[in-house]
Order: sequence, then structure tokens, then C-alpha cells
Amino acid sequence: MRLAKFAFLSAMGAAFALASVSSVSAQVKIGAVLSVTGPASFLGDPEKKTLEIYVAAINAKGGVNGQKLQLIVYDDGGDANNARTFATRLIEEDKVVAMVGGTTTGSTMAMIPAFEEAQIPFISLAGAVQIIQPVRKWVFKTPHTDTMACEKIFADIKRRKLSKVALISGSGGFDKSMQAECVKVAPAAGITIVHQESYGPRDTDMTPQLTNIKGKADVQAVINPGFGQGPAIVTRNYRQLGITLPLYQSHGVASKQFIELAGPAAEGVRLPAAALLVADKLPAGDRQKPVVQSYQKTYEEKTKEPVSTFGGHAYDGLMIVVEAAQRAKSWDRAKVRDEIEKTKGFVGTGGIVNMSPTDHLGLDLSAFRMLEIQKGDWTLVPESGS
Amino acid sequence: MAEFLQFFFSGLTVGAVYALVALGFTLIYNASEVINFAQGEFVMLGGMGTVFLALAGVPLPLAALVAVIIAVAVGVALHRLAIEPAGDAGVVNLIIITIGASIFLRGVAQVVFDKRFHSLPHLFGAEPLRIGGAAILPQSLVVLAGAAIIVFLLWLFIDRTLVGKAVIATAANRLAARLVGINTSRVVGLSFAVSAAIGALAGILITPLTLTSYDVGTLLALKGFAAAMLGGIGSPMGAVLGGLLLGMLEAFSAGYLSSSYKEAVAFLVILGVLLAMPNGLLGRAKVERV
Repeated sequence: MRLAKFAFLSAMGAAFALASVSSVSAQVKIGAVLSVTGPASFLGDPEKKTLEIYVAAINAKGGVNGQKLQLIVYDDGGDANNARTFATRLIEEDKVVAMVGGTTTGSTMAMIPAFEEAQIPFISLAGAVQIIQPVRKWVFKTPHTDTMACEKIFADIKRRKLSKVALISGSGGFDKSMQAECVKVAPAAGITIVHQESYGPRDTDMTPQLTNIKGKADVQAVINPGFGQGPAIVTRNYRQLGITLPLYQSHGVASKQFIELAGPAAEGVRLPAAALLVADKLPAGDRQKPVVQSYQKTYEEKTKEPVSTFGGHAYDGLMIVVEAAQRAKSWDRAKVRDEIEKTKGFVGTGGIVNMSPTDHLGLDLSAFRMLEIQKGDWTLVPESGS
Repeated sequence: MAEFLQFFFSGLTVGAVYALVALGFTLIYNASEVINFAQGEFVMLGGMGTVFLALAGVPLPLAALVAVIIAVAVGVALHRLAIEPAGDAGVVNLIIITIGASIFLRGVAQVVFDKRFHSLPHLFGAEPLRIGGAAILPQSLVVLAGAAIIVFLLWLFIDRTLVGKAVIATAANRLAARLVGINTSRVVGLSFAVSAAIGALAGILITPLTLTSYDVGTLLALKGFAAAMLGGIGSPMGAVLGGLLLGMLEAFSAGYLSSSYKEAVAFLVILGVLLAMPNGLLGRAKVERV
């Protein structure tokens, strides 16, 4: 039954897509290659929905610079090779003026050469810092980097007057990348990493690794740069073993789902996260509060799903392009690019964006909020001096 | 000492999970010599089915029961729609069919359920039992007990009932079994149904520990299969022994060596054992009948 409905809906969708292609020509085309299916679908799915909702909303208000937007989304299924193929199609056949997307770092890196060569502004929604370092003329990104997450955690550890930490991380891409970044920035933050453990991406019990950490007398705090279900199991095993040291998780598990999975064991766990997660708990004067509340309301009304920070990155990317085009008063690709680079004080779901020719991300540490889980909900950790 | 005990408990927990999954392989193998690579998907169906029925407001015990029934229905459908039409195709072809079924079921689960991770409440609470400075969750013991009960029931079924004998006869020689009046197709179908039920039950019992998602079956099936091979495929006791051994190997090498090598160590030992004892620890030697 469900399958039949699905097939019917996709047929309808295809019919509409054909109709819209043939009827309009004065539209501005925005491209997106997202991992809507496959292992990164929990990222790509909310990104696609967000772009669709907001492109429709913008068009309902008359579009940008007098022209309506047409969103063209391709699904790379999490495969960087597909992403590269779709990038070429967006450039040569669809002739897009700007690109929002590239869900994963792999897809993004595969598409960068194509957009650099075609000289089309490209705003990636992937995490890794390599996308914007070194700076590439046409490439920007909206999500925080894992380096920033490490720095944010280290700052909080220092505030607690601690300095010796143990790392436990998975062997997946996100975990490894963040673990390496944490090791890299630890000395500058005055943090000593005294012990490291790892686990497989689908491991179901991490008590041996945690027992080893428990046995190290000088460890003062434990950080779990991780992603997926691993951190929830680490958190449960941590309480099972009765370890009382402060436990930090990463922004990779910053969702209500983590609290649900880890259950009561999540009490007292701290993690850095975007303001979107605590939209209602932000103080009244917070500049991000109206933006994140409005995005959350819109997304949850339209999709009936809880909001995620990943969709928020897509919102930020689309709005940065739209505002740049409005400032440029044209959809000329070079002018839009220059205006994107001049983005100042843009209030997005991920933080306040201040781009520059040397910084194509434009976020600082204030973009992350330090949260603590109390009574099964997020609470903001007061930060003095930030 | 407390450390050793903790590694032991960890091995017991992970091993019990593998053992429970490994048990699902035994019956289908016994009836048809097919290794059902969709076994992991039965485990997923049990866990995810229960989670989603419970979310829909069905009381937990009933949700678990319905999830098992759904898995059995899928098992029977798999046999009817994919295995039986293949007729007298070789064992390898049938195994490849089960791989296809596994991919198909995972795809459908993505659409019908969702792509998130889910959990179920622990049966006897999440408060760990503390023994000699180490901690073990009551659910680990539940999984272990579940494995023991299934082994006992399987033994009763295979060794003590006529239908069980028919299963063994079908495996030994399908033509001869047919000649003495056994409906071999129904026997193989039955083995798919019972294996699906075992898989679903495993999925429900282990979900509080391992969490579940639409693709949880792949790796569990791989580990369960390795455990079944180690113990001797087809032998319920062997499945449990292999599962526990595999869990212990992983836990101790993660604890004493490095967690990066724990899988390598485990599979190296399996290779070693299978080289020395090709039928596994408790497997029966295969007799070629001429």
C-alpha cells in the first residue's frame, strides 16, 4: 500500500517537474547535489527539505531581483563519483548561477574543481576544514568545523580548571577527523591528551576501552569525538562503569535522539552545539534567537519532523546566496560571489557570519553554545568571557 | 583483577549478542545447507518492528509478539517468492538470492521505518549489577538466557520431534526424503519461518544493548555468521560457543592490546581454528555419500 502510494507520488512529482521545466524560462537556477539517500541521508534529507521549503517561500514573495528561483536537486547517494557527475550536469545542462550543497566532505571535494573551473559560487554544507583551507575563490561553507568544536570543549575544560583529558573515538570519517583536530589544537589550548582509545563504527560495547581509561589515574575529563550510535553506547557504558569524570560529546550527536538513546546516562554530559538546538532557551537579547525560532517553526510545521542543525546549514547557505544577490542587484555570477565574500553580520542558524577574502566560513567560537544535559533536556552552560 | 572481570563481562555481553544472532543460521542451514544472509534483516525486523509498534501505542509485549509474527511472515514470503521458485538451483545460487533479499529488505525498511537509531527499554532496568569491582547490565544476562532457551528448544525440536527429524532428513538427501513422503519444500519453508522468529526474538532482546536501525543487520549477520562457522555451522551449541568465544576474543584484545586490532585478532583466531578444524569446534564432519 505504502509502496503504491510512494510510486504514485513520485510519478506526480516527475510530472510536475517536467511541467515546470517547460513553462518557465526567466527563472534563476540554483543547483544542489545532496546525499538524500545512502549513509549520509540523515544530513541530506533535512537539507533538501529545507531548500525546497525556503525556495518556495522566496518565490511566493516574488523571488529575488524580480526573478523566481528554480531549485535543481540531485541525489548523490553519498557517493563522491556521482556528485562529480551531477556537478557537471548542473554546470553544462542546467546552467545554474549558484550552488548550495555537497552534503559530505567527500562529495564537496569531488565537486570543487568543476565549480572552480566554471566560476560558479559554491556554498558547501559539509564539515571539514579542508573545504575552505586553503581559501578557494568560488568555494564557501556554512557548517562549523570540528576544530572549532575541539576548541570550544577545551575552553570549557579550562574553565573547570582541568587540563588532562582522555579521548575515545570511533574509526569513522567524522570521528577520525575530529580526533586528529583535537590532538592538533590541544597544546595551544593548554590541554594535555594523556590517553586515547578507539572503537569500531558498529561496536555494541565499549566497556573494555572505558575500563582502560578508568584505570589511568591522571585523567581529569573524557572527550568522545563521535558520530552515530557509538557515542550513545559510550555514554551508557560510562555510567555502567561508574566513571564520575566530566564527559564531553561532540556536535556530531547534538540532537534529541542522542538523549533518547543514551537515556538517564546522558545526565551531566556536555557538548558544543549550534544555537538552533536550544532555540527556546536562548536569552531574550540573543541575536540568533528570532532566526532560529522562525526556522524551527517553519521546518517543523512543513515536515512534521524535529528540526536538525544540518537542515539549518542549508538554510544559511541559501540565504547567504539570496542576500548576496540582493546586494549585488543582479544574478551575475562574479558579482554574487564578490558579495558572498563581503557577507557581514549575517545572522544564520549556525551563528553570526562575517566572511572575508581569507575566511570563507566566517564563524567564530561564539557560534557554538556549550550545552549540558539535565533532566533529559538541554541547558545552556553559562560562559564567562565569551 | 577488576579489569579482567570487566573485560570478561564485556565479552559475555557482546558474545551473547553474537550467539543469539548465530543461532538463527543453524536451522535453515540444517534444512537446506543454505547460509541465509538475510538473517541479519530478521534481527533488524524484530528490533525495528517492536520499536515502531511501541511508538504507535501498542503495549510492549504485544508489539514484540507482532514484530516476531511480521518477521515470520517475511521469512515465509522470502521462501515462497524467492527460494522456492529457484527450484533445484545450487546452494550457491540460493545463497546469492538471500544476499539480494537482504539488500531489498534493508531498502524497504528505510522507506517503511526511518533511517534513525532507536532503542528499547531494558527488561529488568538499566541499573548495572556490580560484582567484584566490575559491572554488567541485567540485559546481558537476559540475552544469555534467551540464547540458552533457544538452544534447548531447538534441541527439543530437532532431536525429539518428527518434524525435526524431517528437517535433518531433508538436509541429508532431499530426493530420499521426498521418496519417504516428506514434503521437503514445506520443511525448508518451516525452517525459514522458525529462523525468522529466532532472528526477530534476538533483535528484540539485544536492542536495549546494541540499539537498532534499518541497517543494523549487515554487521550483526557477519559477526553471527563468523560465530556460527567458528562453533560449527548447523550446531546450536556450536553457535552459542562460537558467539561467546568471538565476544571474549574481541573484548580481551580491545582491553589488553588495542581496540584497533580487536577484529583482526578475532578473525585471525577464527582462521586458525578453521584451518585446524574445518567443521568448526562442534560441527559434524560432512560425509560424502557416493
